[in-house]
Amino acid sequence: MSGPNRLEGGQIDRTRPLNFTFDGKRMRGFAGDTLASALVANGVRLMGRSFKYHRPRGVFCAGSEEPNALVELRSGARQEPNTRATTAELYEGLDARSQNRWPSLKFDALAINDFLSPFLSAGFYYKTFMWPSAFWEKVYEPIIRRAAGLGSISFQPDPDSYDKGFLHCDLLIIGAGPSGLAAALSAGRAGARVILADEDFAIGGRLNAETFTIGDATGAEWAAQTVAELATMTTVRLMTRTTVIGSFDHGTYGAVERVSDHLAEPAAGKPRQILWRIYSKRALLCAGATERPIAFDNNDRPGIMLAGGVRTYANRWAATPAARVAVFTNNDDGHRTAADLHAKGVKIAAVIDTRDDAPVTYDYEVLRGAQVVDTKGRLGLNFVEVMLSDGTSRTIETGALAVSGGWNPNVHMTCHQRGRPIWNHALAAFVPDLSGTPGLSVAGAANGHLSTHGALRSGADGAAAALADLGITAIAAEMPETEDAPINITPFWTVRGASRAWLDLQNDVTVKDVKLAHQENFSSVEHLKRYTTLGMATDQGKTSNIGGLAIMAELAGKPIPEVGTTMFRPPYVPVAIGAFAGRSRDKNFRPTRKTPSHYWAEERGAVFVEVGMWLRAQWFPRPGETHWRQSVDREVLQTRRSVGICDVTTLGKIDVQGADAAAFLNKVYCNAFAKLAVGKTRYGLMLREDGIALDDGTAGRLGEDHFVVTTTTANAVPVYRHMEFVRQCLFPDLDVQLISTTEAWAQFAVAGPNSRALLQKVVDPEFDISNQGFEFMACANITVCGGLRARLFRISFSGELAFEIAVPTRYGDALMRKLMAAGEEFDVMPYGTEALGVMRIEKGHAAGNELNGTTTALNLGMGRMVSKKKDSIGSILSEREGMNTDDGLKLVGLKPVNADDPVPAGGHLMSKGDPVDAAHDQGYVTSACFSPNLGHGIAIGYLKSGDRRIGEIIRLVSPLTGVDVDVEVTSAHFIDPDGERLRA
Amino acid sequence: MHDLQAISPLGGVAPRTDVVAGVILTEVTGFALASVAARLGGEAPTMALVAQQIGAAAPGPGRAAGHSLSAFWVGPDQWMIEAPFETHEDLVERLVAQAGGHASITEQSDGWCRFDLRGPGLAEIFALLCALDFPSFTGGEATRTSIEHLGCFVICRAVDHASVIGPRSAAGSLHHALLTAMRAAL
Repeated sequence: MSGPNRLEGGQIDRTRPLNFTFDGKRMRGFAGDTLASALVANGVRLMGRSFKYHRPRGVFCAGSEEPNALVELRSGARQEPNTRATTAELYEGLDARSQNRWPSLKFDALAINDFLSPFLSAGFYYKTFMWPSAFWEKVYEPIIRRAAGLGSISFQPDPDSYDKGFLHCDLLIIGAGPSGLAAALSAGRAGARVILADEDFAIGGRLNAETFTIGDATGAEWAAQTVAELATMTTVRLMTRTTVIGSFDHGTYGAVERVSDHLAEPAAGKPRQILWRIYSKRALLCAGATERPIAFDNNDRPGIMLAGGVRTYANRWAATPAARVAVFTNNDDGHRTAADLHAKGVKIAAVIDTRDDAPVTYDYEVLRGAQVVDTKGRLGLNFVEVMLSDGTSRTIETGALAVSGGWNPNVHMTCHQRGRPIWNHALAAFVPDLSGTPGLSVAGAANGHLSTHGALRSGADGAAAALADLGITAIAAEMPETEDAPINITPFWTVRGASRAWLDLQNDVTVKDVKLAHQENFSSVEHLKRYTTLGMATDQGKTSNIGGLAIMAELAGKPIPEVGTTMFRPPYVPVAIGAFAGRSRDKNFRPTRKTPSHYWAEERGAVFVEVGMWLRAQWFPRPGETHWRQSVDREVLQTRRSVGICDVTTLGKIDVQGADAAAFLNKVYCNAFAKLAVGKTRYGLMLREDGIALDDGTAGRLGEDHFVVTTTTANAVPVYRHMEFVRQCLFPDLDVQLISTTEAWAQFAVAGPNSRALLQKVVDPEFDISNQGFEFMACANITVCGGLRARLFRISFSGELAFEIAVPTRYGDALMRKLMAAGEEFDVMPYGTEALGVMRIEKGHAAGNELNGTTTALNLGMGRMVSKKKDSIGSILSEREGMNTDDGLKLVGLKPVNADDPVPAGGHLMSKGDPVDAAHDQGYVTSACFSPNLGHGIAIGYLKSGDRRIGEIIRLVSPLTGVDVDVEVTSAHFIDPDGERLRA
Repeated sequence: MHDLQAISPLGGVAPRTDVVAGVILTEVTGFALASVAARLGGEAPTMALVAQQIGAAAPGPGRAAGHSLSAFWVGPDQWMIEAPFETHEDLVERLVAQAGGHASITEQSDGWCRFDLRGPGLAEIFALLCALDFPSFTGGEATRTSIEHLGCFVICRAVDHASVIGPRSAAGSLHHALLTAMRAAL
């Protein structure tokens, strides 16, 4: 025995004692215990304080529906608040603390709220903290948050890992109680692919909690035998500690598997939890039923529990909440608790049954037609006040009261796709409506078959029917004989006159609150929920919803089905956010793409920058350089002076082939492509259908029927997608084939006056790359370094004589090293994206900043590129009136009048003398940098009528950063405006 | 012969191998890849070209076929042909020579990285990686799927041998995902 309330028997392993602490006190339980069952066995009734009134609370039930026994589990970074003690499996060294109390659980200063309860009714916050409005965030909310805390978090990163996974099956069986096991047996024997999921760590559901037999075995033994048979079936996957949390479209279900929550910490490499997406052809809901309480005054004291839960603690875990237990019921099932506890030697103080015809026994006293009207006991139940059938009252001493108001089928999963449950008079409960969820059927208690026989039978039949639907012949498994007790219940929701009678224990919602909501006309159940918070928080009202709406129905004078239920939504139980994130966290939040020269750049100490998913070298610092500008200026100056190299692999490359390849490009580019000669490259601008610029780049013609299109790095995927759409949907009759080759080729820009001289050292001698043999905008398939296939393009982003050379990616690293070695005599300079940006701004080339989704070819100064001689995508709509106004934005250069002034990107342009406001806005700066060649800041941007304002002095203002400087409007081409260098 | 040293997608000179609980994860670099897409009207000759290359019928949707040279279906009238790199670095040239202008052929060897998993329990690993129903695979399946947010091909060569072919630039992230899933599942 361990603990004063431990009984004989049960399904715990007494050979494996486990030590744990609760609020620092050392206790002992056994393998097979939950934290709640071990606390019950140790005589702990008080486990927490309530949310609002800080009332003392104890465990209320034995499953995931628990509203009260919320604890902080574990310590350090693994500390987790609001963990239900009923679902926390005991392990050696488990450390749990009560929450929402100060300074201690037994003496909680905020219990003062309970005395203030007349003021803290539903809607209290809405009514009280209306003004002054500024007080809400600074004063009221912090106070309320402190008072109504639900545990605390560690504020440290979660040290555990999580995962996501995907499973497929013919039949998903949700819940492994009697109906789920019978279904799995039938389906498994037929060879169907079955997933049987249950949130418990022990399979069997109520079979583990009851004493009746199935055939010659106890329920638990039959469950174990069935599991043993299922385990031999290769097509059956048994998933314990797995809660199905939601039903989604097309037979998809979400489930959380708590892989490691029963361990002090996960084993190496193992996730804490896995969020499974289960693709099922059919699903069978065997989720059982949840018992509901009865509302009476002070029905929330520790020791007052659901009768089925009390029975579970006694039968499964050999633990009783007290030495004397009373039962309050309106149905026959409550009597089972009395009988089982009596058989285990627990003194039954009385069974109080609201029905005049309740069954009686000689074993203990049954009070027919009686009601519990009040209770006593400060930190735990001591007495119940009973009103007998003759109107007299009697006080009964008891340490626990087991309450049963009947059972509610767990219909949640049938409602996630808007199924609305249907009221069943015989059961006095809602049963599932299956019209909402195709492929889902329901068996067992979840469908209102509350007897064991009914559960087994409907489970076996349900599986056979679901599989028959799939064309799989399954014979419903033969089920042994077992109890088939009828449901005898007389609905009884609340004791007449009860006021401080709790409906929702977790949110401290009483009968009085529901009455107030009704009085204030919040009588729709959805309004009732929001106004009183009934049914919110971690338990989502599993034990409270029906009670609340039954009282609302009574007040409204309507039958319960007319009042209806609130909408159940996923998830069925609380889910750690980590499980939704899975592996996608921290630096693995998304994949990282590395360029072919990444490892080489790393060796040289490059500073990297994220460009989408790519990591690109931003600059290459050298010893002695203390500021990034020093590195970038050096890279720019040396490239313009001699030669520089930059990895430009990230730019999209799309291989376009086919007899109509040229005709196709003529459609996607707004400028002419049909007559581009083989061996030539052309700059091209793509428009969206609405005439706005989509992307720019080059297309090189490698053959009559073969082009390579390049895109900007950012638009590599969108452009490819756009081109596929055009190919498949707009012009399916054109013979053209597309495939991405972005990653297949490592491509380097070699730029600067010495670029040709450098390349001549690696390009094989049979290829003439002289200015005559390979003129500006030429392209060719060549070989390098003694025969390696390569591609060479004479294109320039920097404005210098420049080439781009590409080799198969695996050789990219080696080619970079080769180019660097060959360039030594020219003091070759590797440069990063910063220097690349500086040089393109100096040259006035548009990039992502300029192609920002609002700009047209006209804005870019490329209005005449939009060919009028052909139809291309976007050409018609680019002629829209509003996009062709005389004072439209034009791309211009800007330089500060005072060379030391900054010219920040994002700043707005104003005419001299105009007020600085939106009405007078003349345009904005898109890109800016310090030009080491010019020795001052430069910028490009869009200015109204900019092409006609060259030489004008205007204001560049950025009120946010306090900039207001005079700038001169110039051509966007600061360096070599005539393009002599790149044709050299 | 050129003198450039190739590196593997993970950045090594030699491909990387990891072993977790009897399952071997290998970075495979010894394969050449070429995409073969039929031109309009060239569907039948292209299918014949693929068949002739791999010594088997051109595989249909979701399938792979062949032996030393093999192919897997990637789209309507479009296949990827795999061949040993050692002997077929010039795979594209060879195919172009035989295609007779009926197909568009593009070098894809270095657009991709390939990781092979060999050993028992592959289904449990793939369950943590992608939505494919790997337990139903018997060998010969080839499907495009998303792994670690990356578009990948998964080819089931046998129940205990699968290849994951993913974007080369993200090889490190893909490898990390595969290894993490192996450790979690096995």
